Amino acid sequence: MTETLLEIDRLSVDYETARGDLKALRDISFDVRKGEIVGIVGESGCGKSTLISSILRLTAPNTRFRQGEVRFKGQDLLQATERQMRDLRGADISIVFQDPMQTHNPVLTIGQQMLDIQHRSKDSKADKLARAAKMLGAVGIPDPEARLAQFPHEFSGGMRQRIAIAMALMSEPDLLIADEPTTALDATLEVQIIERLQELQQEFDCAILFISHHLGVIAELCDRVVVMYAGAVIESGDVREIFHDPKHPYTRRLIDCDPGHIKERARVLPTIPGEVPDLANLPGGCIFRDRCEQAMARCATDVPPLTQLKQGHHAACWLNHEEANT
Amino acid sequence: MSLLDVKNLHTSFGAVNVLAGVSFAVEPGETYALVGESGSGKTTVIRAIAGLAPAQEGSVKFDGQEIRGASERVLRPLRKDIAMMFQDPVGSLSPRLTIGSLITEPYRIQGMKDRDMHAEAKRLLAMVNLPTHFADRYPYQLSGGQARRVGVARALALEPKLILADEPTAGLDVSVQGELLNLLNDLRERLGLAMVIITHNLNVVRHVADRMGIMYLGRLVEEGTTEAIFKDARHPYTRCLLSANPEPDPDARLERIALKGEPPSLLNRPSGCEFRERCPFAQDICTQTPQWDVEEGHGLRCLAPMHTRGAA
Repeated sequence: MTETLLEIDRLSVDYETARGDLKALRDISFDVRKGEIVGIVGESGCGKSTLISSILRLTAPNTRFRQGEVRFKGQDLLQATERQMRDLRGADISIVFQDPMQTHNPVLTIGQQMLDIQHRSKDSKADKLARAAKMLGAVGIPDPEARLAQFPHEFSGGMRQRIAIAMALMSEPDLLIADEPTTALDATLEVQIIERLQELQQEFDCAILFISHHLGVIAELCDRVVVMYAGAVIESGDVREIFHDPKHPYTRRLIDCDPGHIKERARVLPTIPGEVPDLANLPGGCIFRDRCEQAMARCATDVPPLTQLKQGHHAACWLNHEEANT
Repeated sequence: MSLLDVKNLHTSFGAVNVLAGVSFAVEPGETYALVGESGSGKTTVIRAIAGLAPAQEGSVKFDGQEIRGASERVLRPLRKDIAMMFQDPVGSLSPRLTIGSLITEPYRIQGMKDRDMHAEAKRLLAMVNLPTHFADRYPYQLSGGQARRVGVARALALEPKLILADEPTAGLDVSVQGELLNLLNDLRERLGLAMVIITHNLNVVRHVADRMGIMYLGRLVEEGTTEAIFKDARHPYTRCLLSANPEPDPDARLERIALKGEPPSLLNRPSGCEFRERCPFAQDICTQTPQWDVEEGHGLRCLAPMHTRGAA
């Protein structure tokens, strides 16, 4: 059994708002093992961003951690001091953000920014620059030494995202969080970034938490997948299990909706009618009930727990329980 | 006669030669997709058609009438017939106007003041499946998908013959993306709309477009029916784009053709075939400049085209 790196254990997070508490994350549990790539899939409003900022403790002031733990190498980050968090961020856990155009400081050269993030190192400036150039080379930027002197605007979007990846990997983190790193890019660049991430993951042996709503990318890159809906984990498991044998109606519908699945021209594409429930005013029972074609009486009253169906496959749906069929 | 006939369109911004001769035609009721990487000039093409970007050379004929470089006086009545859907759904809506006044703004601009704006707003909202009380909301109160639909409603207000849609599904969740495409397909059939759609999402193109053109560095490099392109693309660039399409299946067997490097700078266009330096299949002959050849409705700009895949 591989060592567990990150464990999210029954995490619940609220945002205090004028309308009352917004229950952004409810009872989230999953883990990331050393050196594996875990994908988090979900649509707008499912809590992906709250989850990332909770792990890094970069949350808005109105955030309340109601229950649970975020354990990184056994330490509960929610209890860590701000000082400990600062030492952790960018060193043991680093992140690549969605928009490569806004990640870099526009008035500093790439070289300067790559020096700055090595502030913990006691090495000489020349050594740090050499390391920066090496990393740029590793993410496929041609002529890295010369390009260190250039400013962000002199690079294309795809290159900027690769530079962001290079910077995130400089400290050889144990965990890389990638927040929709390919969403703002063309398909050809998207593929380049995924392939690059796969290579680097092998080389640096870091775990990756990859957040995306693009199922094709998740299927190609990830070992395991966590599916989120309206602030809860509704299914998780091995990537093949999730794509070939989804056990939650939402996962199934989501995969059906992906036009990449439909090879012949369709006049009407499948959709998921209805809307995500209001997180400040949650309905009782299963959160997906209103949009689910297979909803039963029980779904209106009881919240289905995330239960293990077989080794490495969990789902939160009453349809998978014996009593559903009786 | 084609509804829209673009011939040899050239656009330069200073020394940057963004469009280097774009030609294509759209028939009434047809959906035409323009596909290509960022910087290939897709957006400039439709902006130039709508008169929002300059075009120094070439011709844009709408319903037989030349509109390139036409004066505002000539263009204004034509804008009833040509509607635009912009890329950023929320950014294209003024934050200080209600949805109701945003979608009826086209009537006011066209001086159709005798219309009952309330009734029109309701009719348009219903047409794009939004609740009528949305008329009183402001853009910040909408989700991305809802803002898109407002964009569709506004584009449809004047019953255009042609819609120019710039990345209509970018940034939408998959479940909502299907809804928007269904809506566009449905409206197109009911109202007989023609559309030019720009997208880099090939999965979307397959389901909405009748024909498609692939752009590279401000020129079409291949054009054909959507079916023919997906089955039998001949240009290596098209093959690269088609293969760079992650499948939602972990066991999908990928025969990916890697594109080399980045698109070259428009300030320094390569000689010969402009795709040559990135092309995995380039040959000696590619140092010559390829011409645009059309065979049975399939256009191609390549001296060393890929072999046809036959019936596969």
